[in-house]
Amino acid sequence: MKILVAVKRVIDYNVQIRVKEDGSGVVTDNVKMSTNPPDDNAIEEAVKIKEAGKAKEIVAITIGEEKAQETVRKALAVGADRGIHVKVDSVIEPLAVSKILKKIVEKENPDLVFMGKQAIDDDCNQTGQMLAALLNWPQATFASKIEVKNNALEVTREIDEGLETIEVNVPAIVTCDLRLNEPRYASLPNIMKAKKKPIEQINASDLGVDINPRIEQIKVEEPPKRKAGIKVASVEELVQKLKNEAKVI
Amino acid sequence: MSVLLIAEHNNKEVRPFTYNAITAASQINEDLHVLVLGHKADDVAKSLSEVPNVKKVIHVDNEIYENYIAENYTAAITKHAENYSHIVSSANTFGKNLMPRIAALLDTSQVSDIIKVISEDTFLRPIYAGNAFATVKSNDKKKCVTIRPTSFDPADKSGGSAEITKSDPAEASSSTKFLKKEEVKSDRPELGTARIVISGGRGMQNGENFKLISDIADKLNAAIGASRAAVDAGYITNDHQVGQTGKVVVPDLYIAVGISGAIQHLAGMKESKIIVAINKDGEAPIFSVADYGLEADLFEALPQFLSELNKLNTIQK
Repeated sequence: MKILVAVKRVIDYNVQIRVKEDGSGVVTDNVKMSTNPPDDNAIEEAVKIKEAGKAKEIVAITIGEEKAQETVRKALAVGADRGIHVKVDSVIEPLAVSKILKKIVEKENPDLVFMGKQAIDDDCNQTGQMLAALLNWPQATFASKIEVKNNALEVTREIDEGLETIEVNVPAIVTCDLRLNEPRYASLPNIMKAKKKPIEQINASDLGVDINPRIEQIKVEEPPKRKAGIKVASVEELVQKLKNEAKVI
Repeated sequence: MSVLLIAEHNNKEVRPFTYNAITAASQINEDLHVLVLGHKADDVAKSLSEVPNVKKVIHVDNEIYENYIAENYTAAITKHAENYSHIVSSANTFGKNLMPRIAALLDTSQVSDIIKVISEDTFLRPIYAGNAFATVKSNDKKKCVTIRPTSFDPADKSGGSAEITKSDPAEASSSTKFLKKEEVKSDRPELGTARIVISGGRGMQNGENFKLISDIADKLNAAIGASRAAVDAGYITNDHQVGQTGKVVVPDLYIAVGISGAIQHLAGMKESKIIVAINKDGEAPIFSVADYGLEADLFEALPQFLSELNKLNTIQK
């Protein structure tokens, strides 16, 4: 089997987000960037499947500006075999991302496409499902366990009520939950080796896909701030405040 | 044109967030139709027809809709889509799984997880785990929108009498099979709609210690939540997780116990009306959003909390 894994470069999950004063977005200059966390789980799962002898090749793909390549390089360092970087200079919507991915899938013919369930920047949670629709492939979203069977996957999904298990025929799209696995760190020798692995560059404009935005971002603002609270000295005081001041119990 | 809402239900009852989504959908356009895809879900269709905000219920009955197979649902929904300007659902795991598949087939750029309807094409939505709010305008002719249920009040459930029309099923997918659902049954209120939520984090140290939390939850008729750290560590099941990648809750009272307050957890609870933090680390970020902070060892504070509650003559349920 061949697995294509899509990774996105986002503001690191530990960074305190600052909104730009002109309302045009959030501050990204001089801010630490890293791979979208559940995309790390997607790579890890692909590598585990390959290590179990059930996949032959892992291709990592990212779509974005020049620096987005860092995320592919990281994927190569933990076990992907080669990379693809589709260059776009503007921020594009999940619909456009899935159209680009569809073109790449048609060229690469993977059996599986893995990616994180959601990007922690725009919090859209759309791309995997959209790609599945465009390819007319089955989708297994929010996966917390994947079992590779003969030409099928058994996937446990995290849902509001608990867990759901479905079986999807290959080819399929899987979007990964953070609980799917524990992503490994790249060792120094593997980071060095990854530098020699190939990354193919493709310009999005050469793919013949409409990536123009359909959604206008009118403004971005800070959410309302909570009023500062107080510290209470004892449990007794806490219960009294909840009863008599906040009146919630 | 009208709005089509996709109902979430278990074939017997309407799932509660559908009512919150109905409120938001009818703010987009008052001519709101609800699509019920299910198997022997006549009671669901009937309940929804009694919601005053609902003008019409379309009911498709077939065994292929017994479970939420997104592929099967999508085929049925896109069949009806041409009559509608908006397709909407709640932004929980049901709608998140389903709506992008519909949107892509309709070639429309979805607007996810809205918290306010500004006009029929403009919405407010949180980004970056709720650390920024974006006002966005959809320029697509047909709009696919998911609704953060906790940002809208549930619609009234009775007084209406919408027409129920039957419609034919679409083709079933042969490539996806439902195997099983492990649902955690509980007599407690649902996490997403509970008036009081008490959550435990890594500070609980193990699963057994969650009994300290469940004892208080019993007393307050509260739902039990957890941080991602507690779920990852196996203290409690995933359906309890509150946060950016878990559930978003907006209770009247949220009690965070042994939770440091990572950005990702705050994203799921910081809109709560009253927040209490109990943590032995006085510098923990959770205190920055807490109305009442108690710097204490939770293993001493929780039993005391329970005994103080026991002293009260009345407790609001």
